[in-house]
Amino acid sequence: MAGLRVLVGVKRVIDYAVKTQGVKHSLNPFCEIALEEGVRLRERGAAAEVVAVSVGTRVCQETLRTALALGADRGVLVEVGEGAAVGPREAAAALAGLAGRLRPHLVLLGKQAIDDDCNQTGQLLAAMLDWPQGTFASRVEPEGEWVRVQREVDGGLETLRLRLPAVLTADLRLNEPRYATLPNIMKAKKKPLEVVAASEFLGGGSPPAPPRLRVLKLEEPPPRGGGQRVDDVPALLERLRASGCI
Amino acid sequence: MFVVPPAARPGPLQPRETAAGGVAPAAAGSKMAAAAAGGWLRNCTKLKRNMPAYLAPWRASPCVFRSSKSELMPNLASDGVVCAPLQTFTEEETMLKNMVTKFAQERVAPLVQKMDENSKMEDSVIQGLFEQGLMSIALGEEYGGTGASFFSIILVVEELAKVDPAVALLCELQNTLTNKLFTTYGTEEQKRTYLPRVAKDTIGSFCLSEAGSGSDAFSLKTRAEKKGDYYIINGSKMWISLAEHAGIFFVMANTDPSLGYRGITCFIVDRDTEGLHVGKKEDKLGIRASSTCPVTFENVKVPETNILGQVGQGYKYAIGMLNTGRIGIAAQMLGLAQGCFDHTIPYTKERVQFGKSVFDFQGMQHQIAQVATQLEAARLLTYNAARLAETGRPFIKEASMAKYYTAEVATLTTSKCIEWMGGVGFTKNYPIEKYYRDCKIGTIYEGTSNIQLSTIAKSLAQEY
Repeated sequence: MAGLRVLVGVKRVIDYAVKTQGVKHSLNPFCEIALEEGVRLRERGAAAEVVAVSVGTRVCQETLRTALALGADRGVLVEVGEGAAVGPREAAAALAGLAGRLRPHLVLLGKQAIDDDCNQTGQLLAAMLDWPQGTFASRVEPEGEWVRVQREVDGGLETLRLRLPAVLTADLRLNEPRYATLPNIMKAKKKPLEVVAASEFLGGGSPPAPPRLRVLKLEEPPPRGGGQRVDDVPALLERLRASGCI
Repeated sequence: MFVVPPAARPGPLQPRETAAGGVAPAAAGSKMAAAAAGGWLRNCTKLKRNMPAYLAPWRASPCVFRSSKSELMPNLASDGVVCAPLQTFTEEETMLKNMVTKFAQERVAPLVQKMDENSKMEDSVIQGLFEQGLMSIALGEEYGGTGASFFSIILVVEELAKVDPAVALLCELQNTLTNKLFTTYGTEEQKRTYLPRVAKDTIGSFCLSEAGSGSDAFSLKTRAEKKGDYYIINGSKMWISLAEHAGIFFVMANTDPSLGYRGITCFIVDRDTEGLHVGKKEDKLGIRASSTCPVTFENVKVPETNILGQVGQGYKYAIGMLNTGRIGIAAQMLGLAQGCFDHTIPYTKERVQFGKSVFDFQGMQHQIAQVATQLEAARLLTYNAARLAETGRPFIKEASMAKYYTAEVATLTTSKCIEWMGGVGFTKNYPIEKYYRDCKIGTIYEGTSNIQLSTIAKSLAQEY
């Protein structure tokens, strides 16, 4: 069934290559992979429209413009107030509300964001919408009213067939994103970009609900200490017992 | 990073009074800005007529004038033409810069050393430039281009030059020379024939210099004899950039030597024309990946319809194109110097001698700060010249200054960077020595430094 509408979430994160240029932000790499997949579906004729969505403050418009330059047809910013916390739950709630309005057949998200590494938004969204989910996708094939998803799991590769509409999250090996060509960059400014207030989906109310997550501490992992060599398994067990691990 | 609202385009630092006096320059943006700027300039010129020249108002930033004459220019601030810093880019320019940085790092950087050693540009790089739309940046969409600004070209060339100045040169020549020659002087027929090709996959090459005529370009000896409705070209050109890969050549030949330089005419010649022969490329010190070859013409038959512009006007076209080309070369040298600098400083912070990093020695810090300051000055000269050219104002002096200064700064920067890197800077394992070799051409081609200085002096003579 051609003519699918695909919703792709794009998050503005701190650029992973940030060095001395000040705090540079860019499109989350996993979201970029999700967007690339959406655009490829449209180019193959499997999808009719790709809508890029971002949940954040006004400055996220730059991220959406980049998404438009990479091939999305239109962009929607779900705008939150300055300083509002947008964790996975808030993002998922906003996307769920927007999905109710736009009625996409497929929602493609990155598996996680490189700033908080939560890996929750896709899963929460699927639960809120009561849609099937295919997370850590490394291959996506639409089949009429279904979509076949190959997932990278701890034990190897798992293939699922999900009934649309569904939520998928992109893993690293799903595809290799394209560069925004100069003609597409210039076309991006003509594509529609809509701004919607987050209060429409996040149950309004002032003061806004307090954030559900609070960062208590942030520290680097301890430097790696040396290891010990043992000759055989009994010696290993003895060493583990001695150190109180078992 | 500034997000510039659409109406407010960054403009050059000082608006220019033209020699005619009181003529409003074309300002970027709305007609109101032009009218406002024109009104302000007419006031300035009136002021000048009543005062001796040496007491005329010093060319200050318009912000100064704005405060005292705000009642005459109601909306200059909101038009935003004048007060943004030079490193302010539109959203498209920023996206473009990011894309080219990524492209250069991923698709060009791994091949730089190989291309330099073999003195040959990789096909994948050339193709990549075309695919990304980087060879038709300012060309109109109807010809397959992107319709971006002239400043975008400068940004692209600078970003590419940070990685490989030879690749930047290819992009620069195509955009500021080949494309511009066609769009400025081409007939509709010529534009329809050639522009889609140069936007898609064909490189253009400009043939002016000869063994006997470099800076003295107009004493060229290549001859074009008229025979009915075609011309026969005979002669040989030297130092022709990109000749190895070019599909189209712009050949400057003299149709009537008795007229001197007023006989010079520009011919469009396809590579596969009989009698056109591209010689062996030069074994150069720097920008080796960019081919530089002699090109000979032996009874090359060119139809009259392949004359670009008018007969005998070729000298004017050459000068005109080289004026904007100068800004492109300035951008190349700027990127070269910046790229070299960017490789060096992290090393100086890592390298430890006498218990502290090399960067921590005050002697080093002072040298580094001096070079960084000159780099910044070179950048502002280049960006300002580009914005002047973009807004249709006189820019010849500024373009010459930019090209001259950035070439000198590139030479100084690369030389110092090798010293700061110490022994490793001297080896081919590190990219620094390549920048040092590449920079030297900046003071030589597209008008030597001495020619630039003469041009600047000529401009100054006219001003006083």
